[in-house]
Amino acid sequence: MTGQRIHFTMPQRALHWLMAIMLLAMLFIGVGMVSTVGPKYLALLATHKTLGVAILALALIRLVVRLCSGAPALPANLPGAMKLVAHLSHYALYFFMIAMPVLGWGMMSAAAYPILLFGGLHLPPILPQSAVLQAVLWKAHFYFAFAFFGLILLHIAAALFHAFIRRDGVFESMAPLPIHDHAPSAQVHPAE
Amino acid sequence: MTQPDPHSPARTIGYLAVIAGVVVLGAGSFAYAAGWLSPSRLTPTKLVSALAPTSGPALGHRRNHAKGVCFSGVFEANGTGTEVSRAGVFARGTYPVLGRFNLGTPDPDAPDATVRVRGMGLQITAPDGAVWRTAMINLPFFPVATPMAFYDLLKASHSTDPGAMASFTQAHPEFARFGGWAKSAPWTTSYAEEAYNSLDAFLFVDASGARHPVRWSLLPQAPVSPVTNAELTRLGPNHLEPEITARVGQAPQRWTFNITLANPGDETDDPSKAWGPDRRMLTVGTLIVSKIEPERDGPCRDINFDPTILPDGIAVSDDPFPAARSAAYARSYDLRASETQYYPYHLQTAKSSTP
Repeated sequence: MTGQRIHFTMPQRALHWLMAIMLLAMLFIGVGMVSTVGPKYLALLATHKTLGVAILALALIRLVVRLCSGAPALPANLPGAMKLVAHLSHYALYFFMIAMPVLGWGMMSAAAYPILLFGGLHLPPILPQSAVLQAVLWKAHFYFAFAFFGLILLHIAAALFHAFIRRDGVFESMAPLPIHDHAPSAQVHPAE
Repeated sequence: MTQPDPHSPARTIGYLAVIAGVVVLGAGSFAYAAGWLSPSRLTPTKLVSALAPTSGPALGHRRNHAKGVCFSGVFEANGTGTEVSRAGVFARGTYPVLGRFNLGTPDPDAPDATVRVRGMGLQITAPDGAVWRTAMINLPFFPVATPMAFYDLLKASHSTDPGAMASFTQAHPEFARFGGWAKSAPWTTSYAEEAYNSLDAFLFVDASGARHPVRWSLLPQAPVSPVTNAELTRLGPNHLEPEITARVGQAPQRWTFNITLANPGDETDDPSKAWGPDRRMLTVGTLIVSKIEPERDGPCRDINFDPTILPDGIAVSDDPFPAARSAAYARSYDLRASETQYYPYHLQTAKSSTP
């Protein structure tokens, strides 16, 4: 987790912001589709499944990139408790990014639903048919969605807290604009 | 640094307010998307709950069409359907079928003669694995025109207000047709003597990509012997399941698979209006039911006959029901899958009775 960089690498930032949009869209589509019987239900469901598979693929790529590229060190003066929360929340975000699509795929498999995506793509089942498994998986998928959304809200609040109040360079480390990656250590706290 | 001091208490409070505002806005939009701020939105949960009798739903069972029996067999396609749909199941050949005969009731123990509507859930699998599921009923048209009207019908029929049904039928004149059918249509003593209709309109997509609005029906090849409701009642509360088991045990039972093509200008978005007999009809094959199994450990038990599970070559139309049914069936499936402890599996019964 320690490194010389003060910013995430360009691929990491690109993945972060692309997935931010996809994940928020995914969560809104998810709660929206299960609360309607309107014609848009079918399009929302197909989008949800297709986007979910794309998110799973990107999340796995992102995990590899993270393991290879690491992350900039948190500011030395960040209180220990906040550092701990920051690290734990990142583990949790990765967990949800990967677990949610796998749970969705698994619950569709256990229910013996064909898994059809946009463009006629057809995914194979990853689990045998089982009502008991299906019940466990959809409940996990359902409740995790709310936990995931709550965590994303916390993540956004923390990012803005770093950007506006602490001004410690943490927000800038993942800023969407291409900021030069390497900087002299004197600029570790650019807002000062 | 020409900016004011970013650490002044007033600015910090201002920023905290902005952050709180972002979080509240995020949570609020999420709540809106989830329908929590729209109590009038018809949700799958509301629709499925409205199906339950006032005594509550039969846990572990389908929330509607709860009484049924599994079947398997084949669909023999004669190749005629390829003219209007590129779906693999219409190419001349024989394809495996799984299905379920059922009664349109939320009560799995309802006496047969008390249930007017009979249904068939059907799954046909093409050699490439593409699955087509459909759920049909013996009514030739749907009682109401929209999912919201169906919800209102369920609410009215369970209402304690004696005037509820009267005001419903006044608001939905199309419902009178169902009343007429329920009174005059003959009863039969067998699932094998019923016709099963898609009611909903779908689009068939042919090899050139052209779309054809269609409905379909399975017409029984068994001779139909109409009986009165009193005659059916005398056969006992559970006549249909042993009857179809014995009948299929004697010989496979057959249905002619007919596709009705819409005339130009036919409405596809209202299943309460039957299309007349002057439409072009194609016989695309024969459904052959060769095996009956009780639902309890049968292959249809954990299948959701969601009518929007369609292969390439069949698509939904502007009929609002398939989407509503899909959403509601999924809810019903999720509920019963999490209630397996209430379902009377043979396996459990056998285990508990074995020392």
